[in-house]
Amino acid sequence: MDKCIACGTCAEKCPRKVDDRFNEGLIKRKAIYVDYAQAVPLKYAIDKDNCIFFQKGKCRACEKFCPTHAINFEDTEKRISLKIGAVILASGFTPYDPSPYGPYHYRKIPNVVTGIEFERILSATGPYQGNLLRPSDHKEPGKIAWVQCVGSRDTHLCDHGYCSAVCCMYAIKQAVVAKEHAGKDLDCAIFYMDMRTHGKDFERYFERAKKKDGVRFIRSRIPTIESLEGSDDLVIPYVNESGEVVEERFDMAVLSTGLEMSRDGLKLAGSLNIDLTEGRFCKAETFTPVRTSREGIFACGTFQGPKDIPQSVIDASAAAAETGALLSSARNSLTTKKKAPEQREKTGKRPRIGVFVCHCGLNIGGVVDVPAVRDYAATLPFVEYSTDNLFTCSTDTQEVIAQVIKEKNLNRIVVAACTPKTHESLFQETMVNAGLNKYLFEMTNIRNQDSWVHRDNPEEATEKAKDLVRMAVAKVGLTSPLEETEVDINQRALVIGGGVSGMAAAKNLSEQGYRVSLVERASSLGGNALNLYRTWQGENIQEKLADLINSVSTDPNIDIHPDSEIVAVDGFVGNFRSTIHTGKKERVIEHGVIVVATGALELEPDEYLYGKDSRVVTHLELDARFMKDDPSLKDINTAVFIQCVGSREPQRPYCSRVCCTHAIESALHLKELNPEMKVYILYRDIRTYGEREYLYTKARLAGVVFIQYSVDQKPAVSANGDGLRVEVFDQSLGQSVETRADLVVLASAIVPPGNEKLAQLLKVPLNEDGFYMEAHAKLGPSDFPTEGVFLCGMAHYPKPIDESIAQALAASSRAVTLMAREKIQVSGTVAYVNPSLCSGCQVCIAICPYSAPSIVEEGPFAGKAEINPVLCKGCGLCVTSCRSGALNLRGFEEGQILAMIDEL
Amino acid sequence: MPQKITGSVLIIGGGVAGMQSALDLADSGYYVYLLERASSIGGGMARLDKTFPTNDCSM
Repeated sequence: MDKCIACGTCAEKCPRKVDDRFNEGLIKRKAIYVDYAQAVPLKYAIDKDNCIFFQKGKCRACEKFCPTHAINFEDTEKRISLKIGAVILASGFTPYDPSPYGPYHYRKIPNVVTGIEFERILSATGPYQGNLLRPSDHKEPGKIAWVQCVGSRDTHLCDHGYCSAVCCMYAIKQAVVAKEHAGKDLDCAIFYMDMRTHGKDFERYFERAKKKDGVRFIRSRIPTIESLEGSDDLVIPYVNESGEVVEERFDMAVLSTGLEMSRDGLKLAGSLNIDLTEGRFCKAETFTPVRTSREGIFACGTFQGPKDIPQSVIDASAAAAETGALLSSARNSLTTKKKAPEQREKTGKRPRIGVFVCHCGLNIGGVVDVPAVRDYAATLPFVEYSTDNLFTCSTDTQEVIAQVIKEKNLNRIVVAACTPKTHESLFQETMVNAGLNKYLFEMTNIRNQDSWVHRDNPEEATEKAKDLVRMAVAKVGLTSPLEETEVDINQRALVIGGGVSGMAAAKNLSEQGYRVSLVERASSLGGNALNLYRTWQGENIQEKLADLINSVSTDPNIDIHPDSEIVAVDGFVGNFRSTIHTGKKERVIEHGVIVVATGALELEPDEYLYGKDSRVVTHLELDARFMKDDPSLKDINTAVFIQCVGSREPQRPYCSRVCCTHAIESALHLKELNPEMKVYILYRDIRTYGEREYLYTKARLAGVVFIQYSVDQKPAVSANGDGLRVEVFDQSLGQSVETRADLVVLASAIVPPGNEKLAQLLKVPLNEDGFYMEAHAKLGPSDFPTEGVFLCGMAHYPKPIDESIAQALAASSRAVTLMAREKIQVSGTVAYVNPSLCSGCQVCIAICPYSAPSIVEEGPFAGKAEINPVLCKGCGLCVTSCRSGALNLRGFEEGQILAMIDEL
Repeated sequence: MPQKITGSVLIIGGGVAGMQSALDLADSGYYVYLLERASSIGGGMARLDKTFPTNDCSM
């Protein structure tokens, strides 16, 4: 494996063609292969089941042609024995295979594909290079149907009673992206039962797809897909909104196939003796969401249940946090600290520049004449070496770059490739490993800013690439090595909010060996959970909550500040200084990281007679009566739950995520108290995602009646002498129904508590709905763009207790990865002042968003500005605002910028 | 006598979840063994085209 340079000769020479499993068999690959160009590690592997040599004992073509002798037919499976402290199970899911699902004729009708097949069809690295084509005749489809809940919410054709939680959103995304590919005329129809867009910003995406992109949403369970005689087209019969059965022709159909535990996963769970759920996923309790039934074994991702990427990432960090707590006494015992080689001093030496021009596969090389750019670069002043690479970012190229730096004695590097946003740090690391200061580097973007935008003009694109390289060479020649300031990281964490999220984060941080200050606005810990009765899994919340409060209150590592509020946050990552007000007392805490766990509130409704009639209550008010064992609940004859009160409406266009499950859980409890009670749930879409679906099924079996209403025809609640009267237009019956009720329960929206002030203090963003905005919707759900600040619980988005605790653990894990470094490097790209030019006008102080400039108070330069390099983010605002020309930005000096302009 | 704790972790599965656990633990001072059945890491996410709700490229 060390010898393979991924040149691809072996695959080119291999005579055996087989189905490409990565692309769902839609195209062929060879028996020696890599799955895709960016694969890590980028090494070819032999598919033993299909290799001619392994099957018939002859061939060895790959071995013959491999230029590095990397092929080893004698390689065998080895048993390795490892000593480990803990295990994390993250073996993922398998997409449901709809072949046994007779009525949809998958694999019998070629234009019926699965969700993952359609994903590959849309992909630029997929079978049709991103062109939207249907498999049978490679023609562009004009009409596509998506059929939801294939292998989910179905106990007839498969034993999957759960909801797969991701298919509604992936179907909408595929429809929207398909329209982007094919143009607005493409007709996309999604056939669904309940539209489940319960994640952050998902509801907005759904509304946009419906209203702006013109995706059709049809609430109908599809019984069968038939082929249209004499063509490759399909016919789908369905019941339309008027209740009539109609047939519609489509060019292709996508089955939105669900998720299931893989056979390997089941075997693994069996051999480790791990408890599974009804849906055959890994079982976990609400207050310990990533622990399995065996101590020291944790689980995350879809091994644990159907879930989307952000939730998988959250659970993965949570599993790391739990592992860290378990093994904290052995931290750093087996790891080694990376030691960078000594930097060779290069100041004042004549520049010796190396230029690396990247093909980026076909991304750049398919448009720009890369060899011509390489040859041109070699003619530029001070360039001692220039070359081109298929992927300059690949692991083997890094070794080549490091070697060339040493051999050619280079002291400046230019990479002409993609965007520095994603790849600059990689090349800088390579330079550091080769003994160069990482700032003696320049990256120029000949992909996003050239080959992608000038695809139709390859000659001019090549000229532009030369211009960009010439400018980069001019700039890097004038660059000098920069120093990075190193500061200690304070090993204390500040957790804001004492609900379940804040407490779970504080507890884990303490278990991992850090001290915590926990600030809570109220006089006691617990937050919203104090008002909740039972989890969807049936656990008693108050018992578990009391345990959590007790363990946090008695933890010597955690200082609790009740009745307190943060009024100021100074400093920066690793060295924050926060001011806390407790009553009239003021206190300053020094800490290295911040975890935001400020939660959310139940909206006070202003409709359905709430506040005017005591028989109309919210979920939390009903839970309070459950907890008190209110005897009058047994006497209720009719209870009506109304869903989406204040959620999914124009003024609050998001789903509050927890209310469907909560309503069903409460409805079931009412039925337990009095099985004769009539219980109605008026809903728009039931969103019991994942295994919560079992609760929905249970409620229907228990006789809870579900009535679907439309937001245009909301239910009406009125009061008369003997009770409440609820009237609603039933969408499936197509007529109005009414009932007398003794109790109306409103699923009131979950709203942010007014985060603006704290967000400003922390310099972190909020989204349009007022919840905190994470660093990355998929891959950084518990981080903020501001370094050293982390996010969890309902401050991020409405969520149930298990997900809140998982994210609290995740925030803790993310915080620990920072604190464990103990020291932090501050970027060398910072502003500096030439005091002899500074007029002391203080414009830089006014304009800097990071409070980096200040006025020198004493000494020869008193009254002049100075920059604190630790606070400076290198944004350059002060440099452009300085009217005396006293400010400059290291790495972007005026001379460098002018040299670039001169070259243009 | 308390048992000596080993500062290493075995993670089974190199998809997005396994990789995130591995990164967090390695950055926190633990030695990680990441086990993956396929010839490269990435799992299911590597096969997706774009991700919702931002339509970001999945790679």
